[in-house]
Amino acid sequence: MSFDPAITLFSCHYTSQQSCAEEGNELEQLGFPSSIRLVRVPCTGKLQVTTLLQAFEDGADGVYVVGCPADGCHNVKGSVRAAKRVAAVRAALEELGVEGGRVEMYHLPRGLHPEFVEKGKEMDGRIRDLGPSPF
Amino acid sequence: MIVAERKPMAEIIGMVKDCKKVLVLACRGCVTVCSAGGEREAEILSSLIRLGMKKEGKSVETTIGSLVRQCDREYIDEIDQWKGQYDAVVSTACGVGVNFISNLRKDTMVYPALNTTFFGGSSEQGEWTEQCAGCGDCILHLTGGLCPVARCAKSLMNGPCGGSVDGKCEIAKDVECVWQSIHDRLCSFDRSAQMEVITPIRDWSTAGHGGPRKTVRDDLTV
Ligand code: SF4
Ligand code: SF4
Repeated sequence: MSFDPAITLFSCHYTSQQSCAEEGNELEQLGFPSSIRLVRVPCTGKLQVTTLLQAFEDGADGVYVVGCPADGCHNVKGSVRAAKRVAAVRAALEELGVEGGRVEMYHLPRGLHPEFVEKGKEMDGRIRDLGPSPF
Repeated sequence: MIVAERKPMAEIIGMVKDCKKVLVLACRGCVTVCSAGGEREAEILSSLIRLGMKKEGKSVETTIGSLVRQCDREYIDEIDQWKGQYDAVVSTACGVGVNFISNLRKDTMVYPALNTTFFGGSSEQGEWTEQCAGCGDCILHLTGGLCPVARCAKSLMNGPCGGSVDGKCEIAKDVECVWQSIHDRLCSFDRSAQMEVITPIRDWSTAGHGGPRKTVRDDLTV
């Protein structure tokens, strides 16, 4: 079944700098999926479990977080904390009988890097395969 | 503190499946400290209840409340502030809290969101370990301050069993043999002779085997 997914991405300022390049048009030019709504946060360590769950309540079919490398976070442990909260949400989704793959954490380099777009495409493909959220 | 952990969501959704309105009631006591049932956990649980019910094709309204403690009469009365906003309360307190609400409010249906696990302390961030079993007849003065009732897998009273190896318990390699630790601690205080004193068969009626326990302090009652 093909459908247009709604995916929410929470990314820190440092890893999502591409969203500001070329007057904000670079991501689109590089083929970043239009299904993804980007929410920039100062640090992913600030994201709470409830923030991620709220995105599902608001209709997201998938939610993912992009933060700094685990051993090189601008705020020392922010992205490691985010990864733990993503894992907690994944476990909770599975308890509810929902695919854990609907939520994901990526640790990516800071600055302008092709991985940011690649991971967006990966998540878009994954959620298209999984289909609409059961919520 | 009393340590607890959230029940599986399937169990909680099963409890509230016929509710239209649920009050998720946090406790700001022990379960806040062990991150199982404080205000933050109540918020997460509310969201999970809404999502879980939606997945079952049902909708539910959730209200989040919190009490200073759910194990005191005076605080339970505060539930009145959410009057009309719930068909049932899902309490994130320990079992004491759920019992207290049930005792005191005959018209309120209350469900437990947590499994109450033990009396313990936080040994490291994010980790809690059992330390006392509330036996009602404390012997810590004889055991170097370490509890064999709670921390020995067999609650032995007279030293370790034959399964104690290199300071570890036979049930698992990562479990300390508390009797080895008691021995080492008594030795460090030059009290190893205490190990040879035979503890007689205990009367476990104080530990709950004699029925529900009750404490009355006459000096505090008026
Ligand atoms: S209700 Fe339970 S968790 Fe809350 S303060 Fe009392 S004993 Fe602790
Ligand atoms: S001896 Fe009894 S009261 Fe003392 S710590 Fe052990 S279980 Fe608790």
